[in-house]
Amino acid sequence: MTNTTTTPQYPMARDARCPFDPAPALHDQQEQAPLTKVCIWNGTTHWLVTRYEEQRALLADPRVSADVFRDGFPLAAPIVGNRRPGFIVQDDPEHARLRRMVTAPFAVKRIQAMRPAIQKITDDLIDDLLAGPNPADLVEAFALPVPSLVICDLLGVPYTDHEFFQQNSKTLIRLSVPPEERAAAAQNVRGYLTDLLAQKARRPGDDLLSMLVGRVEAGELTPDDAAGVGLLLLIAGHETTANMIALGTLALLQNPEQLALLRGSDDPKLVASAVEELLRYLSITHNGRRRVALEDIDIAGETIRAGEGIICPNELGNRDPRAFAAPDDLDLTRDARHHVAFGFGVHQCLGQPLARLELQVVYSTLYRRIPTLRLATTVDAVPFKNDGVVYGVYELPVAW
Amino acid sequence: MRIVVDQDRCVASGQCVMAAEEVFDQRDEDGVAVLLTPQPADDQLGDVQQAITVCPARAIWLEPDSVA
Repeated sequence: MTNTTTTPQYPMARDARCPFDPAPALHDQQEQAPLTKVCIWNGTTHWLVTRYEEQRALLADPRVSADVFRDGFPLAAPIVGNRRPGFIVQDDPEHARLRRMVTAPFAVKRIQAMRPAIQKITDDLIDDLLAGPNPADLVEAFALPVPSLVICDLLGVPYTDHEFFQQNSKTLIRLSVPPEERAAAAQNVRGYLTDLLAQKARRPGDDLLSMLVGRVEAGELTPDDAAGVGLLLLIAGHETTANMIALGTLALLQNPEQLALLRGSDDPKLVASAVEELLRYLSITHNGRRRVALEDIDIAGETIRAGEGIICPNELGNRDPRAFAAPDDLDLTRDARHHVAFGFGVHQCLGQPLARLELQVVYSTLYRRIPTLRLATTVDAVPFKNDGVVYGVYELPVAW
Repeated sequence: MRIVVDQDRCVASGQCVMAAEEVFDQRDEDGVAVLLTPQPADDQLGDVQQAITVCPARAIWLEPDSVA
Protein backbone atom coordinates (compact mmCIF):
# COMPACT_ATOMS: atom_id res chain seq x y z
CA MET A 1 0.00 0.00 0.00
CA THR A 2 1.24 3.51 -0.73
CA ASN A 3 0.53 6.86 0.74
CA THR A 4 -1.89 9.29 -0.86
CA THR A 5 -2.13 12.98 -0.07
CA THR A 6 -5.64 12.62 1.33
CA THR A 7 -4.82 9.89 3.86
CA PRO A 8 -4.47 11.31 7.39
CA GLN A 9 -1.26 10.69 9.30
CA TYR A 10 -1.39 8.48 12.45
CA PRO A 11 -0.87 9.08 15.33
CA MET A 12 -2.68 12.41 15.54
CA ALA A 13 -1.90 15.12 18.10
CA ARG A 14 -4.09 15.62 21.16
CA ASP A 15 -5.63 19.02 21.84
CA ALA A 16 -3.50 20.59 24.59
CA ARG A 17 -6.66 22.03 26.14
CA CYS A 18 -8.16 18.53 26.54
CA PRO A 19 -5.21 16.42 27.72
CA PHE A 20 -7.42 13.49 28.81
CA ASP A 21 -9.21 13.14 25.48
CA PRO A 22 -8.10 11.27 22.36
CA ALA A 23 -6.84 13.40 19.47
CA PRO A 24 -9.75 15.41 17.93
CA ALA A 25 -8.78 14.12 14.46
CA LEU A 26 -9.24 10.56 15.76
CA HIS A 27 -12.75 11.48 16.92
CA ASP A 28 -13.48 12.75 13.40
CA GLN A 29 -12.36 9.40 11.98
CA GLN A 30 -14.70 7.60 14.38
CA GLU A 31 -17.65 9.69 13.25
CA GLN A 32 -16.82 9.04 9.60
CA ALA A 33 -16.74 5.23 9.64
CA PRO A 34 -15.83 2.19 11.77
CA LEU A 35 -12.85 1.53 9.50
CA THR A 36 -10.82 4.27 7.80
CA LYS A 37 -7.32 4.48 6.33
CA VAL A 38 -4.29 6.18 7.88
CA CYS A 39 -0.68 6.65 6.90
CA ILE A 40 2.17 6.05 9.39
CA TRP A 41 5.76 7.29 9.83
CA ASN A 42 7.27 5.02 7.16
CA GLY A 43 4.80 6.10 4.47
CA THR A 44 2.69 2.93 4.55
CA THR A 45 -1.12 3.00 4.77
CA HIS A 46 -3.17 0.85 7.17
CA TRP A 47 -6.68 0.31 8.43
CA LEU A 48 -7.67 2.43 11.42
CA VAL A 49 -10.39 0.74 13.47
CA THR A 50 -12.28 3.56 15.13
CA ARG A 51 -15.18 1.94 16.99
CA TYR A 52 -15.50 -0.30 20.04
CA GLU A 53 -17.33 -3.30 18.52
CA GLU A 54 -15.08 -3.53 15.48
CA GLN A 55 -11.95 -3.18 17.65
CA ARG A 56 -13.08 -6.06 19.85
CA ALA A 57 -14.07 -8.20 16.88
CA LEU A 58 -10.71 -7.75 15.14
CA LEU A 59 -8.50 -8.07 18.23
CA ALA A 60 -10.24 -11.34 19.13
CA ASP A 61 -10.08 -12.67 15.54
CA PRO A 62 -7.66 -15.59 15.09
CA ARG A 63 -7.02 -14.36 11.53
CA VAL A 64 -4.92 -11.43 12.79
CA SER A 65 -1.26 -11.59 13.79
CA ALA A 66 0.71 -9.59 16.37
CA ASP A 67 4.02 -10.62 14.79
CA VAL A 68 6.00 -7.43 14.10
CA PHE A 69 8.27 -9.28 11.64
CA ARG A 70 5.43 -10.09 9.22
CA ASP A 71 5.19 -8.13 5.97
CA GLY A 72 2.63 -5.37 6.19
CA PHE A 73 2.75 -5.02 9.99
CA PRO A 74 2.04 -1.38 10.98
CA LEU A 75 5.16 -0.80 13.05
CA ALA A 76 5.08 1.92 15.72
CA ALA A 77 8.81 2.56 15.20
CA PRO A 78 11.66 0.95 13.24
CA ILE A 79 12.83 -2.44 14.52
CA VAL A 80 16.49 -2.60 15.48
CA GLY A 81 18.03 -6.08 15.22
CA ASN A 82 16.03 -9.29 14.97
CA ARG A 83 15.23 -9.91 18.63
CA ARG A 84 11.59 -10.41 19.50
CA PRO A 85 10.53 -8.27 22.44
CA GLY A 86 8.64 -11.14 24.10
CA PHE A 87 5.42 -13.04 23.56
CA ILE A 88 3.33 -9.90 23.11
CA VAL A 89 4.54 -9.86 19.48
CA GLN A 90 4.24 -13.61 18.88
CA ASP A 91 1.28 -15.65 17.71
CA ASP A 92 -0.23 -18.86 19.06
CA PRO A 93 0.76 -21.59 19.68
CA GLU A 94 4.17 -20.19 20.76
CA HIS A 95 2.54 -17.13 22.36
CA ALA A 96 0.18 -19.30 24.43
CA ARG A 97 2.99 -21.65 25.47
CA LEU A 98 5.14 -18.79 26.78
CA ARG A 99 2.27 -16.79 28.29
CA ARG A 100 1.00 -19.78 30.26
CA MET A 101 4.38 -20.12 31.93
CA VAL A 102 3.81 -16.84 33.77
CA THR A 103 0.04 -16.69 34.21
CA ALA A 104 -0.18 -18.56 37.54
CA PRO A 105 1.29 -15.76 39.72
CA PHE A 106 -1.19 -13.29 38.17
CA ALA A 107 -4.28 -15.38 38.93
CA VAL A 108 -6.94 -13.23 40.58
CA LYS A 109 -6.93 -14.93 43.99
CA ARG A 110 -3.14 -15.00 44.25
CA ILE A 111 -3.03 -11.31 43.42
CA GLN A 112 -5.79 -10.55 45.95
CA ALA A 113 -3.60 -12.11 48.63
CA MET A 114 -1.09 -9.30 47.96
CA ARG A 115 -3.54 -6.62 49.15
CA PRO A 116 -2.07 -6.17 52.67
CA ALA A 117 1.47 -5.90 51.25
CA ILE A 118 0.39 -3.33 48.63
CA GLN A 119 -1.53 -1.38 51.28
CA LYS A 120 1.61 -1.24 53.45
CA ILE A 121 3.79 -0.08 50.54
CA THR A 122 1.22 2.62 49.77
CA ASP A 123 0.91 3.78 53.40
CA ASP A 124 4.68 3.87 53.92
CA LEU A 125 5.21 5.95 50.77
CA ILE A 126 2.48 8.40 51.85
CA ASP A 127 4.21 8.69 55.28
CA ASP A 128 7.46 9.54 53.47
CA LEU A 129 5.71 11.97 51.15
CA LEU A 130 4.12 13.82 54.06
CA ALA A 131 7.44 13.94 55.92
CA GLY A 132 9.27 15.29 52.86
CA PRO A 133 9.27 18.62 51.00
CA ASN A 134 5.93 20.26 50.12
CA PRO A 135 5.27 20.70 47.18
CA ALA A 136 6.62 17.46 45.72
CA ASP A 137 6.62 15.57 42.44
CA LEU A 138 3.95 12.88 42.86
CA VAL A 139 5.44 10.77 40.03
CA GLU A 140 8.85 10.38 41.63
CA ALA A 141 7.73 10.27 45.24
CA PHE A 142 4.73 7.99 44.89
CA ALA A 143 3.27 7.00 41.50
CA LEU A 144 6.39 5.22 40.24
CA PRO A 145 7.65 3.66 43.52
CA VAL A 146 4.32 1.91 44.34
CA PRO A 147 4.18 -0.37 41.25
CA SER A 148 7.96 -0.58 41.07
CA LEU A 149 8.20 -1.98 44.62
CA VAL A 150 5.32 -4.36 43.96
CA ILE A 151 6.66 -5.79 40.69
CA CYS A 152 10.18 -6.09 42.15
CA ASP A 153 8.77 -8.13 45.00
CA LEU A 154 6.76 -10.36 42.64
CA LEU A 155 9.66 -10.92 40.23
CA GLY A 156 12.41 -11.11 42.84
CA VAL A 157 14.30 -8.08 41.51
CA PRO A 158 16.19 -6.12 44.21
CA TYR A 159 14.50 -2.71 44.53
CA THR A 160 17.89 -1.19 45.38
CA ASP A 161 18.59 -1.38 41.62
CA HIS A 162 15.50 0.68 40.78
CA GLU A 163 17.36 3.71 39.44
CA PHE A 164 19.07 1.51 36.85
CA PHE A 165 15.95 -0.18 35.49
CA GLN A 166 13.64 2.80 35.85
CA GLN A 167 16.04 4.94 33.82
CA ASN A 168 16.38 2.31 31.08
CA SER A 169 12.68 1.63 31.10
CA LYS A 170 11.96 5.35 30.64
CA THR A 171 14.24 5.40 27.57
CA LEU A 172 12.80 2.19 26.17
CA ILE A 173 9.22 3.41 26.00
CA ARG A 174 9.89 6.94 24.75
CA LEU A 175 9.23 7.05 21.01
CA SER A 176 11.13 10.32 20.51
CA VAL A 177 14.35 8.53 21.54
CA PRO A 178 16.33 7.15 18.53
CA PRO A 179 15.56 3.42 17.95
CA GLU A 180 19.22 2.40 18.49
CA GLU A 181 19.20 4.07 21.91
CA ARG A 182 15.93 2.37 22.83
CA ALA A 183 17.31 -1.01 21.76
CA ALA A 184 20.44 -0.38 23.87
CA ALA A 185 18.26 0.38 26.91
CA ALA A 186 16.38 -2.90 26.40
CA GLN A 187 19.70 -4.71 26.07
CA ASN A 188 20.93 -3.17 29.35
CA VAL A 189 17.94 -4.52 31.28
CA ARG A 190 18.12 -7.88 29.49
CA GLY A 191 21.78 -8.23 30.49
CA TYR A 192 20.93 -7.31 34.06
CA LEU A 193 18.12 -9.88 34.17
CA THR A 194 20.32 -12.57 32.61
CA ASP A 195 22.81 -12.08 35.47
CA LEU A 196 20.00 -12.08 38.02
CA LEU A 197 18.55 -15.30 36.58
CA ALA A 198 21.98 -16.93 36.90
CA GLN A 199 22.08 -15.88 40.57
CA LYS A 200 18.58 -17.33 41.11
CA ALA A 201 19.74 -20.62 39.57
CA ARG A 202 22.30 -20.87 42.37
CA ARG A 203 20.01 -19.58 45.11
CA PRO A 204 16.33 -19.81 44.11
CA GLY A 205 13.76 -17.70 45.94
CA ASP A 206 9.97 -17.70 46.13
CA ASP A 207 9.57 -15.38 43.16
CA LEU A 208 8.67 -15.30 39.48
CA LEU A 209 12.24 -15.15 38.16
CA SER A 210 13.12 -18.28 40.16
CA MET A 211 10.06 -19.92 38.63
CA LEU A 212 11.42 -19.04 35.16
CA VAL A 213 14.76 -20.58 36.12
CA GLY A 214 12.87 -23.80 36.86
CA ARG A 215 11.41 -23.68 33.33
CA VAL A 216 14.87 -23.14 31.85
CA GLU A 217 16.24 -26.08 33.84
CA ALA A 218 13.33 -28.23 32.64
CA GLY A 219 14.31 -27.39 29.04
CA GLU A 220 10.99 -25.57 28.37
CA LEU A 221 12.49 -22.10 27.99
CA THR A 222 15.80 -20.78 26.67
CA PRO A 223 17.76 -18.50 29.03
CA ASP A 224 17.34 -15.74 26.45
CA ASP A 225 13.55 -16.14 26.38
CA ALA A 226 13.50 -16.15 30.20
CA ALA A 227 15.30 -12.80 30.25
CA GLY A 228 12.87 -11.52 27.59
CA VAL A 229 9.83 -12.52 29.64
CA GLY A 230 11.40 -10.93 32.73
CA LEU A 231 12.05 -7.72 30.79
CA LEU A 232 8.46 -7.57 29.55
CA LEU A 233 6.99 -8.06 33.03
CA LEU A 234 9.38 -5.62 34.70
CA ILE A 235 8.72 -2.79 32.22
CA ALA A 236 4.98 -3.43 31.85
CA GLY A 237 4.67 -3.89 35.61
CA HIS A 238 5.61 -0.41 36.62
CA GLU A 239 5.27 1.98 33.66
CA THR A 240 1.57 1.39 33.13
CA THR A 241 0.31 1.53 36.72
CA ALA A 242 2.60 4.48 37.50
CA ASN A 243 0.99 6.48 34.71
CA MET A 244 -2.51 5.50 35.80
CA ILE A 245 -1.74 6.72 39.33
CA ALA A 246 -0.34 10.10 38.28
CA LEU A 247 -2.67 10.83 35.36
CA GLY A 248 -5.65 9.50 37.34
CA THR A 249 -4.82 11.85 40.20
CA LEU A 250 -4.65 14.79 37.80
CA ALA A 251 -7.98 13.80 36.21
CA LEU A 252 -9.60 13.57 39.66
CA LEU A 253 -8.16 16.94 40.75
CA GLN A 254 -9.70 18.42 37.57
CA ASN A 255 -13.04 16.77 38.43
CA PRO A 256 -13.43 17.72 42.11
CA GLU A 257 -17.00 16.39 42.45
CA GLN A 258 -15.84 12.96 41.30
CA LEU A 259 -12.85 13.12 43.65
CA ALA A 260 -15.18 14.02 46.53
CA LEU A 261 -17.35 11.02 45.71
CA LEU A 262 -14.37 8.67 45.83
CA ARG A 263 -12.86 10.23 48.96
CA GLY A 264 -16.18 10.19 50.79
CA SER A 265 -16.94 6.52 50.25
CA ASP A 266 -15.52 3.39 51.86
CA ASP A 267 -17.56 1.11 49.59
CA PRO A 268 -15.15 -1.27 47.83
CA LYS A 269 -17.66 -1.51 44.96
CA LEU A 270 -17.44 2.21 44.27
CA VAL A 271 -13.63 2.05 44.45
CA ALA A 272 -13.58 -0.86 41.99
CA SER A 273 -15.97 0.95 39.68
CA ALA A 274 -13.84 4.13 39.91
CA VAL A 275 -10.79 2.13 38.82
CA GLU A 276 -12.64 0.73 35.78
CA GLU A 277 -13.91 4.17 34.80
CA LEU A 278 -10.48 5.78 35.12
CA LEU A 279 -8.99 2.93 33.06
CA ARG A 280 -11.63 3.57 30.38
CA TYR A 281 -11.46 7.36 30.50
CA LEU A 282 -7.64 7.62 30.41
CA SER A 283 -6.75 4.51 28.32
CA ILE A 284 -3.05 5.19 28.73
CA THR A 285 -1.73 2.71 26.14
CA HIS A 286 -2.52 5.24 23.42
CA ASN A 287 -0.23 4.00 20.68
CA GLY A 288 -2.80 1.73 19.04
CA ARG A 289 -3.03 -2.04 19.29
CA ARG A 290 -1.44 -3.13 16.02
CA ARG A 291 -2.00 -6.28 13.97
CA VAL A 292 -1.66 -7.60 10.42
CA ALA A 293 -4.35 -9.69 8.68
CA LEU A 294 -3.38 -13.30 7.91
CA GLU A 295 -6.42 -13.88 5.68
CA ASP A 296 -9.06 -11.68 4.05
CA ILE A 297 -11.48 -10.45 6.72
CA ASP A 298 -14.91 -9.00 5.94
CA ILE A 299 -16.00 -6.50 8.57
CA ALA A 300 -18.33 -3.49 8.70
CA GLY A 301 -18.86 -3.53 4.92
CA GLU A 302 -15.12 -3.51 4.16
CA THR A 303 -12.66 -6.27 3.28
CA ILE A 304 -9.32 -6.24 5.04
CA ARG A 305 -7.02 -8.15 2.69
CA ALA A 306 -4.42 -10.64 3.91
CA GLY A 307 -1.19 -8.76 4.58
CA GLU A 308 -2.87 -5.42 5.38
CA GLY A 309 -2.12 -3.65 8.64
CA ILE A 310 -4.70 -2.92 11.34
CA ILE A 311 -4.46 -0.25 14.07
CA CYS A 312 -6.94 -0.20 16.97
CA PRO A 313 -6.57 2.91 19.17
CA ASN A 314 -8.23 1.65 22.34
CA GLU A 315 -8.49 5.15 23.82
CA LEU A 316 -10.86 5.86 20.93
CA GLY A 317 -12.86 2.62 21.32
CA ASN A 318 -13.31 3.51 24.98
CA ARG A 319 -14.87 6.85 23.97
CA ASP A 320 -17.30 5.30 21.48
CA PRO A 321 -20.83 6.59 22.28
CA ARG A 322 -22.19 3.29 20.89
CA ALA A 323 -20.57 1.48 23.85
CA PHE A 324 -20.56 4.14 26.60
CA ALA A 325 -23.20 6.85 27.14
CA ALA A 326 -21.73 10.39 27.30
CA PRO A 327 -18.28 8.83 26.77
CA ASP A 328 -16.30 12.03 27.35
CA ASP A 329 -17.65 12.45 30.91
CA LEU A 330 -15.69 11.00 33.81
CA ASP A 331 -18.39 9.22 35.84
CA LEU A 332 -17.05 6.95 38.57
CA THR A 333 -20.48 5.41 39.14
CA ARG A 334 -20.99 4.12 35.61
CA ASP A 335 -20.52 0.47 34.65
CA ALA A 336 -17.34 0.65 32.56
CA ARG A 337 -16.20 -2.92 33.14
CA HIS A 338 -16.36 -3.82 29.42
CA HIS A 339 -13.73 -1.22 28.42
CA VAL A 340 -10.77 -2.21 26.27
CA ALA A 341 -8.05 -0.34 28.20
CA PHE A 342 -6.20 -3.65 28.68
CA GLY A 343 -6.70 -4.51 25.00
CA PHE A 344 -8.78 -7.45 23.82
CA GLY A 345 -8.13 -10.88 22.35
CA VAL A 346 -5.43 -13.36 23.31
CA HIS A 347 -2.90 -10.60 23.99
CA GLN A 348 -5.03 -8.82 26.60
CA CYS A 349 -2.95 -7.60 29.53
CA LEU A 350 -1.63 -10.42 31.68
CA GLY A 351 -1.06 -8.20 34.71
CA GLN A 352 -4.55 -6.70 34.84
CA PRO A 353 -5.58 -8.26 38.20
CA LEU A 354 -2.43 -6.73 39.71
CA ALA A 355 -2.98 -3.34 38.06
CA ARG A 356 -6.58 -3.25 39.28
CA LEU A 357 -5.59 -4.13 42.84
CA GLU A 358 -2.78 -1.55 42.94
CA LEU A 359 -5.13 1.15 41.66
CA GLN A 360 -7.91 0.17 44.07
CA VAL A 361 -5.51 0.45 47.01
CA VAL A 362 -3.95 3.71 45.82
CA TYR A 363 -7.16 5.51 44.80
CA SER A 364 -8.87 4.52 48.07
CA THR A 365 -5.92 5.60 50.22
CA LEU A 366 -4.06 8.60 48.76
CA TYR A 367 -6.91 11.16 48.68
CA ARG A 368 -8.30 10.12 52.06
CA ARG A 369 -4.92 10.38 53.76
CA ILE A 370 -4.10 13.69 52.03
CA PRO A 371 -7.52 15.35 51.66
CA THR A 372 -5.96 18.73 50.81
CA LEU A 373 -3.93 17.32 47.90
CA ARG A 374 -3.84 19.87 45.05
CA LEU A 375 -1.97 20.61 41.87
CA ALA A 376 1.04 22.86 42.59
CA THR A 377 1.09 24.24 39.05
CA THR A 378 -1.39 24.88 36.24
CA VAL A 379 -2.58 22.08 33.96
CA ASP A 380 -1.06 23.72 30.88
CA ALA A 381 2.37 23.59 32.59
CA VAL A 382 2.16 19.83 33.27
CA PRO A 383 4.51 17.86 30.94
CA PHE A 384 2.35 15.21 29.22
CA LYS A 385 3.86 12.08 27.66
CA ASN A 386 2.77 12.76 24.11
CA ASP A 387 5.84 10.90 22.81
CA GLY A 388 5.37 7.83 25.00
CA VAL A 389 4.25 4.30 24.18
CA VAL A 390 2.23 4.81 27.34
CA TYR A 391 0.45 8.13 27.99
CA GLY A 392 0.75 9.97 31.28
CA VAL A 393 2.72 12.81 32.84
CA TYR A 394 6.48 13.09 33.25
CA GLU A 395 6.01 15.07 36.46
CA LEU A 396 3.07 16.03 38.64
CA PRO A 397 3.89 18.81 41.12
CA VAL A 398 1.45 18.55 44.03
CA ALA A 399 1.04 20.36 47.36
CA TRP A 400 -1.19 19.78 50.40
CA MET B 1 -28.70 -23.03 30.47
CA ARG B 2 -25.29 -24.59 30.81
CA ILE B 3 -21.97 -22.70 30.84
CA VAL B 4 -19.17 -23.90 28.58
CA VAL B 5 -15.50 -22.92 29.08
CA ASP B 6 -13.00 -23.69 26.32
CA GLN B 7 -9.77 -24.14 28.28
CA ASP B 8 -7.64 -24.32 25.13
CA ARG B 9 -8.76 -20.85 24.10
CA CYS B 10 -8.50 -19.36 27.63
CA VAL B 11 -5.64 -16.85 28.10
CA ALA B 12 -5.91 -16.73 31.91
CA SER B 13 -6.77 -13.03 32.06
CA GLY B 14 -8.89 -13.73 35.16
CA GLN B 15 -11.73 -11.58 33.80
CA CYS B 16 -14.35 -14.28 34.47
CA VAL B 17 -13.27 -14.69 38.10
CA MET B 18 -13.51 -10.94 38.62
CA ALA B 19 -16.99 -10.91 37.06
CA ALA B 20 -18.42 -14.03 38.76
CA GLU B 21 -16.16 -15.51 41.42
CA GLU B 22 -18.78 -18.00 42.60
CA VAL B 23 -19.01 -19.50 39.14
CA PHE B 24 -15.42 -19.39 37.84
CA ASP B 25 -12.00 -20.10 39.32
CA GLN B 26 -8.49 -20.49 37.92
CA ARG B 27 -6.20 -23.54 37.79
CA ASP B 28 -3.28 -23.32 40.21
CA GLU B 29 -0.66 -24.28 37.66
CA ASP B 30 -1.44 -21.77 34.88
CA GLY B 31 -4.43 -19.61 35.79
CA VAL B 32 -6.64 -21.17 33.11
CA ALA B 33 -10.37 -20.82 33.88
CA VAL B 34 -12.25 -23.64 35.58
CA LEU B 35 -15.97 -23.87 36.04
CA LEU B 36 -17.23 -24.20 39.63
CA THR B 37 -20.92 -24.41 38.79
CA PRO B 38 -21.91 -25.35 35.21
CA GLN B 39 -25.55 -24.54 35.90
CA PRO B 40 -25.71 -20.96 37.18
CA ALA B 41 -28.52 -19.94 39.52
CA ASP B 42 -30.88 -17.30 38.14
CA ASP B 43 -29.35 -14.59 40.32
CA GLN B 44 -25.89 -15.44 38.94
CA LEU B 45 -26.87 -15.06 35.30
CA GLY B 46 -26.10 -11.34 35.15
CA ASP B 47 -22.54 -11.90 36.39
CA VAL B 48 -22.10 -14.84 34.02
CA GLN B 49 -23.26 -12.68 31.11
CA GLN B 50 -20.68 -10.10 32.09
CA ALA B 51 -17.97 -12.78 32.24
CA ILE B 52 -18.94 -13.82 28.71
CA THR B 53 -18.79 -10.20 27.51
CA VAL B 54 -15.41 -9.38 29.06
CA CYS B 55 -13.62 -12.66 28.28
CA PRO B 56 -10.91 -11.49 25.84
CA ALA B 57 -10.47 -14.93 24.30
CA ARG B 58 -14.21 -15.52 23.74
CA ALA B 59 -13.72 -18.80 25.59
CA ILE B 60 -17.02 -18.79 27.53
CA TRP B 61 -20.57 -19.23 26.27
CA LEU B 62 -23.99 -20.54 27.26
CA GLU B 63 -25.65 -23.55 25.71
CA PRO B 64 -29.18 -24.88 26.12
CA ASP B 65 -29.28 -27.80 28.56
CA SER B 66 -30.46 -30.18 25.85
CA VAL B 67 -27.18 -29.85 23.90
CA ALA B 68 -24.76 -32.60 24.87
